Amino acid sequence: MPPLRFRRNSGMRSRLFLWLPLALFAFFAGVAGYMLTQDKDEFVESTMIGEPLPEFALEPAVAGLPGASKAHFVGGKPRLLNIWASWCLPCIAEAPQLEALQAEGVEIIGIAIRDRPEDVSNFLGRYGNPYAAIGSDKISEVQLAIGSSGVPETFVIDANGVIRYQHIGDIRQADVPMLLGELDNAR
Amino acid sequence: MISQRKIGWFFVMLMAVLTVPLSAQDSLPPAPYAYNQLDDPRLESEATALMHSLRCLKCQSQSIADSDAPMAGDMRHQVRSRILAGESPSEIRSWLIARYGDYVSYEPEVSATTWPLFAGPIVLLLIVAGVLLRRLGKRRCDAGDAA
Repeated sequence: MPPLRFRRNSGMRSRLFLWLPLALFAFFAGVAGYMLTQDKDEFVESTMIGEPLPEFALEPAVAGLPGASKAHFVGGKPRLLNIWASWCLPCIAEAPQLEALQAEGVEIIGIAIRDRPEDVSNFLGRYGNPYAAIGSDKISEVQLAIGSSGVPETFVIDANGVIRYQHIGDIRQADVPMLLGELDNAR
Repeated sequence: MISQRKIGWFFVMLMAVLTVPLSAQDSLPPAPYAYNQLDDPRLESEATALMHSLRCLKCQSQSIADSDAPMAGDMRHQVRSRILAGESPSEIRSWLIARYGDYVSYEPEVSATTWPLFAGPIVLLLIVAGVLLRRLGKRRCDAGDAA
């Protein structure tokens, strides 16, 4: 009977077809399992790389140093913009590296987030002052405007005031030559 | 003589005290609009709706409306003061997306990376519709043949 043979054939095909959902499920379970073993990237990167710094003018964060504004970054050479705070522990760890960068002739402009003049002054007295200027950002306004999501973060700004590179977290010893290279790239 | 048990208890208490967070927090008062509502209830409800759909960057599974992180407070201040200055919620959302990417928004937008999420269901519906049409059409033909 021809119809029966036809049915048997399609039966075999549909039996194979039955495995498809299980195969799909296994595939998704595999992907999920793989993703669970991967480190979670907790950093939110700025999407402002290649964009000009927004206009800003911040009050001095401490007596004796100028405040920070966009004008500080325009003309001459690339500079570092360091987002930090006296209450931030990793900022203590990166202080020697900032001094090393300053010793290499890098101009570092700081923005102190939610900070008090007396705390900033204490911090600089204890851990050294690598900054040419520090602006006080009491409501994280400039931090949000450049897409920074925490302290410390360090941005390379070229001589036209354009953001060229973002380093998230404290600057380790190995990051110093890397940042010097990024400053060179921004020339 | 101090018993060993007493030393043990002292150790346990010491460990309990040490769990107090070691990381310092800033001591500044929050930004003006971090915890204060706007006077105009219509503007405040616009701001609140927006704040519930923006991700806190420091505490990544909370919205900035739900978070007590200082940075979330500063983001709420941005949202409220921008609404007060006459910006629309969608303008503020795009301002943040331009700085932090799609990640900052809980409201998915069609972009180069998210379009399959939107196209997928439509493609599936089309396939289902196609299969249904073919099956139903066939059955009708069979019925027609039988008649």
